[in-house]
Amino acid sequence: MIKINNLHASIDGKEILKGINLEVKAGEVHAIMGPNGSGKSTLSSVLAGREEFEVTEGSVEFDGKDLLDLSPEDRAREGLFLAFQYPVEIPGVSNINFLKTAINEKRAYLNQEPVSAKEFLGMVKEKSALVELDSKLANRSVNEGFSGGEKKRNEIFQMAMLSPKLSILDETDSGLDIDALRIVANGVNKLKSPNNATIVITHYQRLLDYIVPDFVHVLYNGKIVKSGGKELAIELEEKGYDWIKSENVEL
Amino acid sequence: MAYTEDDLKEELKGKEYKYGFTSNIEADKLPPGLNEEVIHLISAKKNEPEWMLEYRLNAFRSWQKMVEPEWAHVHYPKVDFQSLSYYSAPKKKGDVKWEDIDPEMKATMDKLGISMDEQKALSGVAVDFVFDSVSVKTSFQEKLKELGIIFCSFSEAVQNHPELVKKYIGTVVPTSDNFYAALNSAVFSDGSFCYIPKGVRCPMELSTYFRINEANTGQFERTLVVADEGSYVSYLEGCTAPSRDENQLHAAIVELIALDNAEIKYSTVQNWFPGDKEGKGGVYNFVTKRGICHKNAKISWTQVETGSAVTWKYPSCILKGDNSIGEFYSVAVTNHYQQADTGTKMIHLGKNTKSTIISKGISAGHSNNSYRGLVQIHKNASNARNFTQCDSLLMGDQCGAHTFPYIEAKNSTAKIEHEATTSKIGEDQIFYCNQRGIDTEKAINLIVNGYAKEVLNKLPMEFAVEAQKLLEISLEGSVG
Repeated sequence: MIKINNLHASIDGKEILKGINLEVKAGEVHAIMGPNGSGKSTLSSVLAGREEFEVTEGSVEFDGKDLLDLSPEDRAREGLFLAFQYPVEIPGVSNINFLKTAINEKRAYLNQEPVSAKEFLGMVKEKSALVELDSKLANRSVNEGFSGGEKKRNEIFQMAMLSPKLSILDETDSGLDIDALRIVANGVNKLKSPNNATIVITHYQRLLDYIVPDFVHVLYNGKIVKSGGKELAIELEEKGYDWIKSENVEL
Repeated sequence: MAYTEDDLKEELKGKEYKYGFTSNIEADKLPPGLNEEVIHLISAKKNEPEWMLEYRLNAFRSWQKMVEPEWAHVHYPKVDFQSLSYYSAPKKKGDVKWEDIDPEMKATMDKLGISMDEQKALSGVAVDFVFDSVSVKTSFQEKLKELGIIFCSFSEAVQNHPELVKKYIGTVVPTSDNFYAALNSAVFSDGSFCYIPKGVRCPMELSTYFRINEANTGQFERTLVVADEGSYVSYLEGCTAPSRDENQLHAAIVELIALDNAEIKYSTVQNWFPGDKEGKGGVYNFVTKRGICHKNAKISWTQVETGSAVTWKYPSCILKGDNSIGEFYSVAVTNHYQQADTGTKMIHLGKNTKSTIISKGISAGHSNNSYRGLVQIHKNASNARNFTQCDSLLMGDQCGAHTFPYIEAKNSTAKIEHEATTSKIGEDQIFYCNQRGIDTEKAINLIVNGYAKEVLNKLPMEFAVEAQKLLEISLEGSVG
């Protein structure tokens, strides 16, 4: 699905990612954990194509294509989805209109017919139930006046509507209470299939109780310093990030 | 490579004013210059009654004593009023039959998307088409007649309904009101007239389409809408002009009269040629629009302004009758070197009068966009209420947005609210759209349309779609 090779990236001349190697296959869930400032969000931004970050070295192959060569919108159309840590508000643009535009842009890119009104409404109904999103929210302006939990649920709703190949959840658990966390995680789990993959970026192990990863990677100082199974997350929770830091003082 | 804003900028530079064609139509045009003789000539050409000529001459005499206003936040070389021609009419007048209309003009209407073909007119909009100085054809006249509705060109109204014209002309915008209004009152050539009888709800949208074609002409049209007691009408106005290097002058007057319990909805989509991207050419749009509300009456102005090099325009309401309501919804877009100074005046005279002002300015390029509004509560206007919301959206860092709100309250029971915001289209918003598969250009359209939605929603359906497209065409996406 995605193959990240020795990825280096910097912002304003400061190197943040210092050689990331990661391969995610279809059907897998990977968790990336790490202390604040380790480069977790930078990784998701670089993959999604934020322009402030400059890729200085390395390559990323996404479903056989050179990801770094694609514009942000083409990456999305190819099936890469980023659930934002801080979803953006777009006043006056209804969620529905926004999603319909997004879906049709993707369809046009793939030489498909635009979605019909009936099909679209059916999708909205089905997918909003998945994340227990109030149908009223679907008609409101994108994220405007949404609570923190509603914004995150809306991200997963959008993910469900766009059915991406690879979803990156950037600290989706931050600011969520336990009920919202359960709903969001349930949504993600239901969307899991052998044909798609998920990267969960998180600071805490908590989310991984609900979304059980196949692999856990620890990011520290711009590099993946440890990889393992789901038990690594638990070990990390017990020992804290200082454990990683002390093992990697030479970095 | 990623599609950047610079790419978008480049791409949009190539986008040109779609209505910039000229029509090759033979015109009957007066030589440039303005004096009493010219006014006599205009009046004679139109075979006007004596009182109409007197009205014009009075206006001309007051205009001569006036000076061009300079308080607006716009800068432009002064207009030489003697170098303009004050009358231009297509030679073949198409006021009788559709078949008689110059084929070239029919083609023009087609290009503009105006259907005068009553058989095919499924949209249910009655249109009066004003080409340069003269109204060419009014559709659906017969059908409206059955209801007693008069909808015709201003010249026809002067001939056929002089008592109505005489009674109402200049009652809302007096001849000496302001410099441009006085000029218009002296030389106005044509326009639209509309009268809705007591208790009649006009079943279709009435529409006037203005087009300046001739070079070096001023267009001075007048619109007079009278809604008699308990009646309702929705009126649309659209404007385009060819792309010309020199500036064209448009100084119109619109007067609305809503008698007791009547309602007038007046919508404008103004897309006069804005000048090219270096700021050369374009229309000077100096317009006086005002309405008066009698008891329980309501006037609602909705405008989408994307054109003109310089705009000076304040559609206003005089809330004379108790419980009357005035509304103003506006989206004004300026790009390149366009300048707009626009807003409204809400004059509260009656008790329990209410007004709402929603103004949305969008500035891009090197343009300047100003909102100027006056809310005046007179001393007898107890329990008057006003709500004003005035938002500005900036695109890029070369443009300007300005707000000049004036509030005068002479009655202590007045409630006046004013809200204002200024925002920029954020990189974050655009990236969020990009990440969902929406390219930057579409993202900007989406964001701008969302921003203007409150106003666009007030437009009749057919116009709302047109207006959305216009916003897309007029915006150069200089975001940053």
